[in-house]
Amino acid sequence: MRPFEYVRADDAAAAVALVSADPQAEYLAGGTTELDLVLKDGVVEPGRLVDITRLPLRGITLAEDTLRVGALVTMEELAADATVSERVPFVREALLAGASPQLRNMATIGGNLLQRTRCRYFRDSTVMACNKRTPGSGCAAVRGPARMHAILGASDHCIALHASDLCVPLVALDTVVDIQGVDGARSVPLTRFYVLPGERPDIENVLQHGELITQIRIPLPPGGTRSGYLKVRDRASYEFALTSAAAALLIEDGTIVRARLALGGVGTMPWRAREAEEVLCGAPAAGRTFRAAAEAALDDPFTVAGTAFKIELAKRTIVRILQTVSGVQS
Amino acid sequence: MENTVSADTHVEVLLRVNGRARRLRLDSRVTLLDALRDELDLTGTKKGCDQGACGACTVLLDGKRVLSCLTLAAQCEGRGVTSIEGLAADGRLHPVQEAFIRHDGFQCGYCTPGQIMSAVALLQEGRAGSDEEIREFMSGNLCRCGAYPNIVAAIREVAGRGSE
Repeated sequence: MRPFEYVRADDAAAAVALVSADPQAEYLAGGTTELDLVLKDGVVEPGRLVDITRLPLRGITLAEDTLRVGALVTMEELAADATVSERVPFVREALLAGASPQLRNMATIGGNLLQRTRCRYFRDSTVMACNKRTPGSGCAAVRGPARMHAILGASDHCIALHASDLCVPLVALDTVVDIQGVDGARSVPLTRFYVLPGERPDIENVLQHGELITQIRIPLPPGGTRSGYLKVRDRASYEFALTSAAAALLIEDGTIVRARLALGGVGTMPWRAREAEEVLCGAPAAGRTFRAAAEAALDDPFTVAGTAFKIELAKRTIVRILQTVSGVQS
Repeated sequence: MENTVSADTHVEVLLRVNGRARRLRLDSRVTLLDALRDELDLTGTKKGCDQGACGACTVLLDGKRVLSCLTLAAQCEGRGVTSIEGLAADGRLHPVQEAFIRHDGFQCGYCTPGQIMSAVALLQEGRAGSDEEIREFMSGNLCRCGAYPNIVAAIREVAGRGSE
């Protein structure tokens, strides 16, 4: 483990300038991913950690049907927000389905978006073949035992999963990410924030080095929308998803008039299921519609021996959450 | 930009541990867990997995439960840390400690300080409404001896719900 300099930031612009000017510098927020990778796994080796946890990026405010959430709000704080419970309960469900109470008190919303994959090959520095860690070195996961890996957006180059629960409803809601850089601020929809691994799995999102997430904006769905999050996993609590699904439906007279669906546990990024939404929108809220939506969502998977089971599991997860949210079982 | 570190890889940090101010000079990489155990001789907080998976290192930071193994000591500058050694007041055990003894909420005892710190926080959070809720909100604390039923019973008793 390489020594690093610790710097406590008290001004966002200065922190952005400091990290942008130093290729060896990284931000430190809740630390639940970063310190794990730096101190324990030794696969990330910054020369300088800039602690941003004292920056004033903490508020949750509601204005014009948009919920603004500071990047340093913790998972527990967002889960306890009254507007979240009332208007987007599946965000609360996803938050409380993730990690443990201790980790949720530490982990921030900005950090949740940027959490690194749990791929065991990525996190094991003795494994040489990892295109995400060492571009061009190959992918041990596609050849070796794999289970907690992606089947959507994956390729021969990388099957590393984005393991966030929170990001699944956030991507369904068309959340916007506000970013500060040395040249000013910009905003990116969460659906365009992540990039597919392609031939460069080391590039995971659109952030330039030194850019800082300052807040996210969650557009609240129309009144009458019902939502839910379902997480399927190997044990009842404190475990990453095998598959998960977040659904928000507006149903009028038995017809789905607005549908948002996203998947977790299956994608190299939080996976918006637009093809499934097209099937759902305008269709009757019925079992056959739900099954057709599930088929559309899993139309083009990339699997290895250990992950093939996820195709059917993901379909059943989608059908189940649509049944739950709509109240229609058959 | 406040730079509490000179351009080196050490930090000066002031921790308020169990009500007492402690000033330390540490390598920047030192976790809160290692600062408590190795610098302050507060070895009640245990190092289990040392990777955020087991909960043995749970302490309260400004009253909220966190994992000290994934927290840099430097991040805790000026903050209040409560470890298992800080629970007993005036020589009397905390009610959660007494309940763990009464209900035999441990076997080997290694996870127990973390279990108790987490249970104290859970009760403050109001998460002891049912056995199911206690189990869910204690899920970040693993016990490889399997003392879970007795741990739940101890927490249930302190929550004032008697036996179910």
